Amino acid sequence: MFAAENGLKGDPRLQGISEAIRVVPGFPKPGIMFQDITPLFLDHKVFKDTVDIFVDRYRDMGISVVAGVEARGFMFGPSIALAIGAKFVPLRKPGKLPASVISEQYVLEYGTDCLEMHVGAVQPGERALVIDDLIATGGTLSAAIRLLERMGAEVVECACVIGLPEVKGQCRLRGKPLYILVEPRDIDCCQGM
Amino acid sequence: MLQSLLLRASNSISLPLPNRHQLSPSPKPLSAWIDAAPSAGQSPSNYRSALPSLRCTAAGGGSELQPLQNQGMAAQDEKDPRIARISSSIRIIPDFPKKGILFQDITTLLLDTKAFKDTIDLFVDRYKGKNISVVAGIEARGFIFGPPIALAIGAKFVPLRKPKKLPGEVISEEYSLEYGKDVIEMHVGAVQAGERALVIDDLIATGGTLCAAIRLLERVGVHVVECACVIELPELKGRERLEDKPLFVLISG
Repeated sequence: MFAAENGLKGDPRLQGISEAIRVVPGFPKPGIMFQDITPLFLDHKVFKDTVDIFVDRYRDMGISVVAGVEARGFMFGPSIALAIGAKFVPLRKPGKLPASVISEQYVLEYGTDCLEMHVGAVQPGERALVIDDLIATGGTLSAAIRLLERMGAEVVECACVIGLPEVKGQCRLRGKPLYILVEPRDIDCCQGM
Repeated sequence: MLQSLLLRASNSISLPLPNRHQLSPSPKPLSAWIDAAPSAGQSPSNYRSALPSLRCTAAGGGSELQPLQNQGMAAQDEKDPRIARISSSIRIIPDFPKKGILFQDITTLLLDTKAFKDTIDLFVDRYKGKNISVVAGIEARGFIFGPPIALAIGAKFVPLRKPKKLPGEVISEEYSLEYGKDVIEMHVGAVQAGERALVIDDLIATGGTLCAAIRLLERVGVHVVECACVIELPELKGRERLEDKPLFVLISG
């Protein structure tokens, strides 16, 4: 599940990616140690390495769809899609996509949320990759998998940069493999609270 | 008869009508668009006090160290053969997000691998080797086009986001909507004074959001070299609202 156990052990690019993540305590609410990947995009080499790792893995898997979860999945997904010759499909919060959509509800800590995909974006039998920056409980990614499967696509794998402890030890989500680059960062003593 | 909001490909053939939807018989005037045009005397809060109200650029133009050729144009003016396919891959959705608006849906462009690649290539061809170190993309569709461009030209990507989405310290810029205001935010420290930047979004309408993005970057000393969009709606005069800031688009409706 983790890249280091999956052929990239000791790959120096993973260390650069891990170090590019900034921990922001108390966001979006107290008690949460938010894993902020935006610094990754400020370092061209690290950003390129991230995309290269995913592209190297997926380029020969016959994948024709890269589905990215709004909004941080939009920052990674299109570059991967372009490099492997796949189309990019945005999976969005309700009311954002303008044409006919299918919707999938999923559970949050308090309440529910909803993910949508355009009707006709994927065809039955297409092989798809789902991309997001981070997986925590897997609720959002599970909804993404369901959306694609409802349209008859085959989800080959879910790929994330960061995997939180909740998923450690799980290799699959709804029966689909997970591929994760790094574990979450701990807050350093010098970052302070 | 459809109003001129419909896109035209560079060879002047009208787009096929979307067969999934009924077209509105008489779309509302262009004032139905969300972004408001600036009105005289308005002075929104959160701007630097030295700025005249609603001025798009913080600095007074400034000197262009490396001016781009053919500033402020549409790629279709040069009749690049890739434009026709890009243009026809964009789907028009009537009455979204509200009645009278013909929405330019780029998600169908993203499903056409050649059209999407060509779109990125057209921007990369223009900006590669121009010493641009920042590509700033406006949430959320700017996040789709910005990072591939940034990767190809060796720049960093900076997301400009709706309020409370970016964790940690941010700077904010307010801008006007047809009714009320909105805010765009950027991380403190994402960019450095003196950097050369592009601002990317899928579409420019009235230019309100792009103006706010330019102000945000220029407040911290970044030089915005150009704004780049896939689509321009020229009737909404966004280009004029950008004043002396160049705008490059692939398709001008």
